[in-house]
Parts: sequence; structure tokens; C-alpha cells
Amino acid sequence: MSRLTTGGQIDRSQKIAFQFDGRTFQGFKGDTLASALLANDVRLVGRSFKYHRPRGILTAGSEEPNALMQMGLGDQTTPNVRATTQELHDGLIAASQNRFPSLAFDLLSVNDLMAPFFSAGFYYKTFMWPKSFWEKLYEPIIRRAAGLGALSGKADTALYDKAFAFCDLLVIGAGPAGLMAALTAAKGGLDVILADEDFTLGGRLNSETFEIDGQPGRDWAAATVAELAAMDNVRLMARTTVTGAYDGGTYGALERVSHHLSTPPKDRPLETFWRIVAKRAILAGGAIERPIAFPNNDRPGVMMAAAVRSYANRFAVAPGKAVSVFTNNDDGHRTARDLVALGITVAAVIDTRREAPYGEGYPVLKGAEVTDTKGRLGLREVIVRTESGQKTIKTDCLAVSGGWNPSVHLTCHMNGRPVWREDIAAFVPVENAIPGLLTVGAALGDFSTHAALATGQKAAATVLAEMGKTTSAEKLPKAEDAPIALAPFWHVKGTKGRAWLDMQNDVTTKDIVLAHQENFRSVEHMKRYTTLGMATDQGKTANMGALAIMADLTGRSIPQTGTTTFRPPYTPVAMGALGAHGAGKGFAPERLLPSDTVGRELNAHFIELGLWYRPSLYPLAGETHWRHTCDREVRMVRGTVGITDVTPLGKIDIQGPDAATLLDRVYTNSFSTLPIGKVRYGLMLREDGAVLDDGTTARFGENHYVLTATGGAAGLVMTHLEFCTQVLWPELDVSVFSVTDQWAQYSIAGPKARDLVNALVDDPVTNESFPYMSCGEAMIGGVKARLFRISFSGELGYEIAVPARYGDALARALGEQAKALGGGWYGLEALNVLRIEKGLLTHAEIDGRVTPDDLGLGKMVSGKKDCVGKTLSGRGAMLAEDREQLVALKIPGEVNAFSGGGHLFKVGEKMITANDQGHITSHCFSPTLGHPIALALLKNGRARTGEKLVMKDYARNLEITCEVCAPVHLDPKGENLRA
Amino acid sequence: MRINCPNCGDRDVREFHYRGSAKLLNRPAPDAGEAAFVDYVYLRENPAGLNRELWFHEMGCRSWIVAQRNMSTHEFAGTELARNAKRGAK
Repeated sequence: MSRLTTGGQIDRSQKIAFQFDGRTFQGFKGDTLASALLANDVRLVGRSFKYHRPRGILTAGSEEPNALMQMGLGDQTTPNVRATTQELHDGLIAASQNRFPSLAFDLLSVNDLMAPFFSAGFYYKTFMWPKSFWEKLYEPIIRRAAGLGALSGKADTALYDKAFAFCDLLVIGAGPAGLMAALTAAKGGLDVILADEDFTLGGRLNSETFEIDGQPGRDWAAATVAELAAMDNVRLMARTTVTGAYDGGTYGALERVSHHLSTPPKDRPLETFWRIVAKRAILAGGAIERPIAFPNNDRPGVMMAAAVRSYANRFAVAPGKAVSVFTNNDDGHRTARDLVALGITVAAVIDTRREAPYGEGYPVLKGAEVTDTKGRLGLREVIVRTESGQKTIKTDCLAVSGGWNPSVHLTCHMNGRPVWREDIAAFVPVENAIPGLLTVGAALGDFSTHAALATGQKAAATVLAEMGKTTSAEKLPKAEDAPIALAPFWHVKGTKGRAWLDMQNDVTTKDIVLAHQENFRSVEHMKRYTTLGMATDQGKTANMGALAIMADLTGRSIPQTGTTTFRPPYTPVAMGALGAHGAGKGFAPERLLPSDTVGRELNAHFIELGLWYRPSLYPLAGETHWRHTCDREVRMVRGTVGITDVTPLGKIDIQGPDAATLLDRVYTNSFSTLPIGKVRYGLMLREDGAVLDDGTTARFGENHYVLTATGGAAGLVMTHLEFCTQVLWPELDVSVFSVTDQWAQYSIAGPKARDLVNALVDDPVTNESFPYMSCGEAMIGGVKARLFRISFSGELGYEIAVPARYGDALARALGEQAKALGGGWYGLEALNVLRIEKGLLTHAEIDGRVTPDDLGLGKMVSGKKDCVGKTLSGRGAMLAEDREQLVALKIPGEVNAFSGGGHLFKVGEKMITANDQGHITSHCFSPTLGHPIALALLKNGRARTGEKLVMKDYARNLEITCEVCAPVHLDPKGENLRA
Repeated sequence: MRINCPNCGDRDVREFHYRGSAKLLNRPAPDAGEAAFVDYVYLRENPAGLNRELWFHEMGCRSWIVAQRNMSTHEFAGTELARNAKRGAK
């Protein structure tokens, strides 16, 4: 065990049992999975992506590239969880990734020996020939070998949530700078949200031994957090990573709600994705320590110096028995001092600077560099080049510090580019890169605790002043103020062997050299060629080193070389969290018909159409194929009477003195001339001249119309009308209102339709009293209904609408009466056959490209008035003869069938795109005619009646010969309609 | 992104549908001819700066809104109801 007997922010009274790779270990409350593994002397935690190199824990934060775990079992398994941020809880189950059969013995580590074949760009060079091998051989092998964790392959059943929050000030990061900013702003009276990705607020104060106002920094942090927690105007959000900065002061944030719980309550989400809208924001995201590249710097036991201090100070874990430090700055020495104070042996501090400070209880090698490391599954020794020659140091942990990179990420999410600061050899945020956001503390490049507190306080005061509040005169807490002393040092030169930059994607310094040689010298090209920074950690510890090397190779400075683009999210966000409530019914809510229960009682088959669940068939006992049912329902309508629920038709109520004027302007034909009590078929265009929708509109009064739109286009038509009344002609005195859901509407069709209507209405109708295309009110069982004489089947037809709450009752009454007349319900399949037989249109024909003339409805565009789309529908090309026009097709006999989307060709011509004559839009078998029929859009189709064509469907490999005919197969004079 | 709806106040962009240039307010006269309508329907400026454009508060009050948005920064310089903008333009 490497657990220290005292100290740290762990609760030794709360023991926690957890599993890693099938073995059970013990940790304490307050541990991360990483700290608990280290306390149990587990140093080897994973295999690398490409070469399957043994890897250990590198950091103590969300920047971790190596310690990625597969968490949990079954469909709840989550890959690529960073052990360094995962809180330990009872029953936690973790497994290492990317190894087979075991972590210590991994077969694919043979890749490491074949490294010369796997250098940068190897995909582009290695698997080229023969071409046919790619799909069958290379790709499957690469797919199996590549990748990090594995998905369960099952649907994620976890609950995710989304939420909005609003505040005056969002403080991102709860280290000294963030705490000070939040406290100052909260005391000034602002609504403050303080978010931090850690589960204990305090940032580096939890991991360092600094004092603030004479007390340990962590105690000051805890006291400040307690003070903030007690304030009503502050919301503390621990375990919450602000992942992105967006327009208008909107920030994305991921809260890990339940990952730290052994048995979370069932209704509690796993994660919540927040959209935080903040008038102002302060970024106190701190800085990330950067490594130094040297050969074999990726062995388990090589860690960042700050991580070593975190594990020792915060988690009371000795990261090694004899720790050495490799540094170019004073933080390396701080690490050594902290370890010595805890009684941990420091083997040596290897400082690249000749002017390095003297050691306090530890040896210092000045002007020295680590040139190699040894130890197969864990560090055993380091080889050091000093001015007096080469030395070997026995050590099992090497703490590396190459300086700090401010966490500029969020400031770049709106195209901001960070600027180079020579004195700290780091990029810092450019001012005002995100409107309303100020950066403070280490994120700004001010690395001392004093500066963190001071800049945090000052930024909060600025925000308070901008928002018209006053700052209370608070004294700044006292803290150390050591200026940063650093000599830039990126990688050890003049060595052999591979030095790792990006440990997660296995990119070495040699890969950068190769990218340079092959002229991928822009950082964006270098990144994509080498895959540097493209793994789940996005190169947080890797990118700067690579930039420095590329700068060196090209002879440019680092700022001239520039950085790649930082994009959201800062750390990975599960798709489940981003799409919370957007799966299943959350994505596509269910709309149920007023007759839904009736349909289910009759065992109807339902299909979803524009979110509505509509019966497609009402099968009877003994019907074994959908065609049995469909054909019977069609014959029923043509022979007696059928009823169907047409509630999903868009119903738009239009009222006002200018209702007629509006309709005249949106329809190609005239509606001001429509008599009260009559219905007219109308055609609506887009302004570009294409058909938007068709449908019937009824006039119930001088100033009152009811428009019907195709079910699937109801929303589109409503939006169009609102556009017309608000944007084009707000001077019109007219209101439009969608009443689709308010009225249940049923279609009654067939020779006995009038008998059925008269069995229900108080005052019976006759053909004379209520002729074709009439509308009016009727009383049914004391309920005021709307009655229409319209038809979508070619038969004598009526539609009855009642307020939706009477829909079920009317459906039952209709069903009973229909049965008595020898009829019954018919579904969408039959409805479709009936309308194809009659050449009536749906949006299969009105596909967004057709003009009125294409549909044979050119005469419906009135010459007497203007309407939306009139001018452009009259353009020459919109009327050209070779345009595809609506026709009908037939195939003799019952054997062959059309195919939806099948294309048409002249007989004997090669069936290629250049010879394409058109395509099938709708098709069915016509039980009335006894052979298959179709509607199609065919070049110059109206002039081609009688011509034989070939229909080819390459997708289904179908080919049949068919004949062009007029678009209306049945009753072309419409005698049935008027009967 | 947040959009200030004159009816509903500051709302999330997801509630809105974008329709493009507010040029659509100025539909040519019925007899203006084909060229005028082609210009109206198809031709758009792409300013690196303020753009006057139409947004539809589809998931809110269903108002069409004329907004001034900076195309380079996405900052909004103001919003008003399209019906008011249209009346004001006369």
C-alpha cells in the first residue's frame, strides 16, 4: 500500500470496495478511481491506442490521456471514463481498455515492434494495394485493432436530463480566482452561478500546501465555499464542466449527477446538460501543466509534477517509493519540498536550468536532462545526461513539469485566437474573445495564488460596476506571491528512441518531424496528418509540445506557428446528455386520432404519418395478407360505404373582413367568388412558382372560411399563412388559426354514403338540398357538426366534423350505421388506392418541384388576379414542354407490379440517367380495374398517352413494361361524385 | 444564441425558425414582372456586418420578427414585429 497514514482530503472512516479488471480493491470516500488505484500500487492502467504500450496515470484531472476506463457492465457500460475524475463509490466496476487478453500481456503490443510501419499517415500509405483488399481485409482488421473503449451495442437506458439556468454572473472554475470572484460578486448582490468540474470545490488549493490568510489554502477554500453556499443569490454547481461558450452569453455545461453514487434513485438522471444564460461570465479555469518530451516518457510511473502533488497532498498517496523530478521551473522544486515534508524519498530533482535553486533536503542535478527510462510495465530507472556525464537514477516515479498552459479553451470557442506571452512561454486568452467574459488567475497566465485572488476580485468588481452595483470594500486575503521562474524547455534533443507527445493517440516527436518532412507544416495539417490532439483528451497535455517542435523545425516562432482551433466541448459530452429527452417519443411525439380507441378495439394496423398514428388496415378474421384487407376495403367503398378518420387534415380557420382577399392572394384560383355554403378545391404556390399544397376550402359565412391542408403539410401551410398575414400584408383585417386538433373529422364515401349521413343527422340531406361541393352545419345527437360534401375517393362523399371531444362517440355511431348498411371502416392503404384510381394528388406528386402545369392544373392559375407564386410559375422554363408532367400508368394482368421511385425509359433505350423519362410517384394494385396502376411524372407526359415504357428500379432490381394513360382511371366525368 | 422576441422577451434560439433576409417584406407589385420577382426570391446580400432578417417565433408566440443581426459576430442590434416593421416602412 502506498497510502500515507495521515493527511489528505479523504475520509478514512468510510472504506469503499471497488473492482478493477476483476480484482477487488479498497479505497476511501474522497478518492478518485485513480488515487485509489495508486494507493493500491496499481500503476499499469491501460494500453495505448496504436502501439498498445503499457500506460499509467499521468495527471490528476480531466486532461488525463492514459487512464481511460470502461465503467460498469451490460447496456450501462460507458467507455473512456477518466479514472482521474471518476469519484470512487461502493461497487464501482472498472476495466482497463485496449488490451487482449490481459493488461499485463497484450497480444497487440506487437504493434510496438512494428512501429516503423505505423508512423504518422500510415493509413494513407500502407493499405493501398490491391484496392479490393481494403474493404474485405484491411478495414476489418484496423477496425478491430483501433479505438479505445467499446460500446455495449445496446440502447442506452440511462436517464439524461437537460436544463436551463439564468444568472447575472457565471464563474467557471472554483479555484482561488473563481472563489474570490464569486464571493465578491455575490456580496455585491449579483445572482451568481459557480461551476467546477471537481466534486470538491477549491481547485489547486486542495492539492497544494499554500496558505491563505495564515490558514491552509484548502481550509480557506472550504470556508469560502460554505459562505457562498449560505447565500441565496449563489448556486454552486460541483461536478459540472462548462463545455462550451456560445452566442449571446449562452454556455453549455455538463453536470455529472449520479456517476458518483452506488445506487442512484431511479428518477435521478445520470447526467444533466445545462444551458446557462449569463449576463456576464468570469473564466477561472486555471492552467494545465505541460510535459517535457524525452525518450520512453510514457512508462507507468512517469507523471505530471502537479499530479504527484495532488496525489500526495490531497489523496494521501505516495506516488512512488523513490520519486524523482524533471523540471524546467520552480514548481518542480515545490513538488520535491512537498514530498520531503510528507516523508517521501526524493531521489533527485533533474532541472534543465543551470541556475536552478538548491535543494532543501533533496539532491538537485542542474543543467541536466532525462534521456531515457527503463522498466517494462512500470518505471524502474531514469537515465540522466548531466554536464559531468551520464547518470542512472533508481526511481519508480518521475514527476515532470514543463511549465503551465493557461486553459484558454473556452475563450476560443467564438473564433478567438490566443496570444503568446514570452515571459511565461505560453498562450493566454485574447481580451473580449467572448463578449461579456473576463478571464482571471492562472487561465490569464497569472500563476501565483495572490494574483488569482487579486484578478478574481478585480474582475468581479468590474462586472459589478458594469451592472450598476457597488463593490463592498473587502480586504484581499493574503497569499504567497512567488513570481514564475521558468526557462522554456519542450523536448530533450540529441537522443534516440521515441519521445511521446500525445499519449492518447500515440504521437511522437518523430511523427512531427515526418509531418514537417512531408510538408504538412501548417498546424492544422500537422494535426490531421499525425492525429495529434484528436483523441478524447483533445491534446490538452500534447499540443503545445508539438507546436514548439514544429516551430523549431520550420524556423518560425511559436506564435507564428499558431495553435489549432479549440472547439467545444472542453471535455467529452455523451450524446445521451446532449440529446436528453430527444430519443423515442421525445423525438417524435405521438398524436392519436379521436377514433384511436375504436381502431384498437377493431385490431386495426396502425402506421405513423406525420406523427399521427393512423389505421392502415382494419383486417377481418381470415385475412392473411394486407392486400386481402386493402382490396376488400376498396371494394366496400366502391360498393356500399366506408368510413375513415381524416382528423389529421390540417384545418385552418380564417375569419375577418379580409378573409376572402387573403385567400385570393394565397390561392391560384379565386375564393372571393365562392358562395357561402360552398367548397372549392384550391392550389397554393410558393413564391418561386412551385406548388406548395392543395386542398379544399369551405365558406361558412361572409367573413369565415375553413381551409384544409394536406396532413403532412399542415404546419407548412399554417406558417405560410402567418407569413402572408404578418410579413406581406399586415394591413389585412384577418385572423388565421389552426383548429386541426379541435375538430374530429370523418370521411364517409360510397354509393350509400348519403344513407349513412341521414341515419345520423337531425335534418336529412338530399342531392338537391346539399349538392356536390356544399358545406354547412348539421345537428347530430344535439351536437353542432360541420358537414361537407367532398370526396377523396371519387365516390359520393361527405365529411363530418364535430368538436374533438365527441370524436369517439361519433366514430362509434358511424361504425354501427356503416355496418348496418354493409360497409365499415377503411384504412390508409385503401384510401391511397381509392385516390390513385381517381388520379387525386398527395405530396408524393406535390414534391416541391412541380408547377401547376406539371400537374395538369395550369388553368387553375387565374388570369384575373395576382397570387403568391403567380409571376414565377409563368416563367418559360416552368411551362416547357419537356418538363415532367403528371400521367397515369397501367400494366396489364395481375402478375407484375410497379415500384415506388422506379424510373421510366423508352423501350429499347439504355437505362441510364441521360435517358431518364420520369419516375413513379404512387402506385397500387387496383382491385376495381384488376391490374396495377400508378401515377408518374413523365417528360411531356400528357402527349404520350398510349405509349409503352419500361420501368426500371435498380434498387429492387425490377423491370416491367407499362403503358401511359390519362391520370384519371375511374369515372372521368365525375358522375359518382354528383350522384 | 438568444433572440429578443418583442412579445415574449429574451428566448433561446431553438424556439425560432430562420427565414433569411427581411427583403421578403417588400414583395414586388403584381405587375412588376419576372425580373423583379427573381430578384425578390433569389438574390441576397451577404454583408459582413448588420443584416436585416426574418425570424419566426415558431415554438413561441408565432410572430414573424425582423431582426438586425451582425453576420460576423451574431450580435443582435434590435428586433421588432414584422407587421410593425412593414407598417412603419410605408
